[in-house]
Amino acid sequence: MMDKTTPDYAVRTGTAASRISAIVALVLIAVAIILPAFAARSLLQDLFYILTMLVLAQFWNLLAGYGGLVSVGQQAFVGIGAYAMFAMAILTGMDPVPAILLGGLAALALAVPTAFFAFRLQGAYFAIGTWVVAEVVRLTVAQWKSVGGGTGTSLPRSATREMWFTGAIENLFDVKSAAARDILAYWLAVLLAVLTIAGIYRLLRTKRGLGLAAVRDNMEAAKSIGVDAARMKWLVFVVAAFGTGLAGGLIYLQKARISPDAAFSLQDWTAYVIFIVVIGGIGTIEGPIIGVLVFFALRSLLADYGSWYLMVLGLLGIVTMLFAPRGLWGLFSDRTGIELFPVRRRLTGGMLSKSLPLSREE
Amino acid sequence: MIWVDTVIQGILLGGLYALFAAGLSLVFGIMRLVNLAHGDLIVLGAYLILLLVTLTGLSPFIAAAVAMPLMFALGYGLQKFMLNRVLGEDILPPLLVTFGLSVVLQNALLEGYSADSQRIQAGSLSTASIELGGINLGVMPLLTFASAVAVIFALNQLFYQTSLGRAFRATSDDATTASLMGIKPAGVFAKATGIAMIIVTIAALYLGMRSNFDPSIGPARLVYAFEAVIIGGLGSLWGTLAGGVIIGVAQTLGAAINPEWQILAGHVAFLFVLLLRPRGLFPRAVD
Repeated sequence: MMDKTTPDYAVRTGTAASRISAIVALVLIAVAIILPAFAARSLLQDLFYILTMLVLAQFWNLLAGYGGLVSVGQQAFVGIGAYAMFAMAILTGMDPVPAILLGGLAALALAVPTAFFAFRLQGAYFAIGTWVVAEVVRLTVAQWKSVGGGTGTSLPRSATREMWFTGAIENLFDVKSAAARDILAYWLAVLLAVLTIAGIYRLLRTKRGLGLAAVRDNMEAAKSIGVDAARMKWLVFVVAAFGTGLAGGLIYLQKARISPDAAFSLQDWTAYVIFIVVIGGIGTIEGPIIGVLVFFALRSLLADYGSWYLMVLGLLGIVTMLFAPRGLWGLFSDRTGIELFPVRRRLTGGMLSKSLPLSREE
Repeated sequence: MIWVDTVIQGILLGGLYALFAAGLSLVFGIMRLVNLAHGDLIVLGAYLILLLVTLTGLSPFIAAAVAMPLMFALGYGLQKFMLNRVLGEDILPPLLVTFGLSVVLQNALLEGYSADSQRIQAGSLSTASIELGGINLGVMPLLTFASAVAVIFALNQLFYQTSLGRAFRATSDDATTASLMGIKPAGVFAKATGIAMIIVTIAALYLGMRSNFDPSIGPARLVYAFEAVIIGGLGSLWGTLAGGVIIGVAQTLGAAINPEWQILAGHVAFLFVLLLRPRGLFPRAVD
């Protein structure tokens, strides 16, 4: 009886919630852009940290949650992005702002040989393979004397003083040069976070994204219907490296001081990021957003308790994986059916229009 | 002669890495689980032995023997109540749970013992040496290497000569069919992790007696162990020993050229083997 009806069927991905969230997102972005006009410098610094961690989390989520590639070596790309930016500023006198882009490209260039080695390792061993590569890069960079070797270095004064846009920002908000640099870094972080989320969301809604979800859910089945799984994984790995490298360059533009141990820190750039994604909800765009807010709240609450903070974070990660493997957002989404960034294609219209149940198919 | 000496020191150091790796190899071989907390469990074992030595004044070797059943129980419980729940087709949950465990262990030890480095005192043994053909060999490195060979020999005996070993191999090959034959995979996995923790205790004993340790050194031990397992080939215990020796020799040779290159040389040797023989030197398991 279904086959006789020919009403207007349509394939949609949008939902009422996603339309509302799109409006809210636009308002939030507008507020974020004008915020430096009235916010304190410390708030901007906190937001900078939250936004850059969000970018790292989105890219790790793209890798692990969508690509099935659990990397424990993303600090390699943060570090190389940051070091490439520093090297350009110190050795060639290039302005640090455009040098961030070169940081992303350096991470991209590192991702190709890394993938060559790490992709030879299956499943879980891939994780430690990426870690070994990150260690090799850290130990090698520590031998590079002209960017400070093992002890690290600072951005030269000439580079921080005359950085692009900072003069205009100083005049606009009537602030000192250091504060102007924070505002610039904050705006770049807003831009990077928006581009990251929009870009990943777009990717997931294309044919490639569908192929990626198919590879994640069942690689053999995906291959059998013509998805080039190896190529998909390679693409995701390289894209994530580029984005992570950009974030690395930006983070160290704001810090203006670098050392191999800090820039290639497993804890700061990979462990925290993994917990953000796991606690928030792996395999969703909303998850890392929730995760980074929980992470920052915990960090502020437990700031005075040192290692207890990390213990709580680790325990939360374990408990989440054991009892709610889809994280906080998964718990919420399963109960309410709300998706802010829907990627599922739903058949609507005709006879289906009223009776389509909201069930997850992942 | 100095080079011969360096290579021999490297081979003996490889014994320590093989001890780090044997537990990892055992657990991976049976349940395809990569325990990212393996290095931190070795450090935990070292602190446990240190605690027993300082509390009771026992010799480190007897303290390690006392620690073994405790570590077995820890491994058994860990597998039974935590890791068995996340084992499955998806590799993500066990990786993330053991990663969380690694962070928790590191910071719990940091809270309990501070970041100060510690050492298990082994008395005159730690400096004793014997001369063989013009080369001075430390008794402690020799003992470490002998222990590694003994552990791997014992594991092979366990695998191929006992009914528990049969259950290990059967579960490794096909857990579903094994369970039809009256084997409970959950129990077998718990016993395997328990045994891995006994090996971890032996590794911890030598780690603690040979060098200083602090709560943060676990992850690096995990990486060495992992490299030894991959170089040797998945599922081959003697291969794991060979892998440990290759890492050890590469590190001592690197250090002989430039002390800053010690760790780097080990990693580069690993990447080199991965380039030429992606499945390791003596692969047995197909994964």
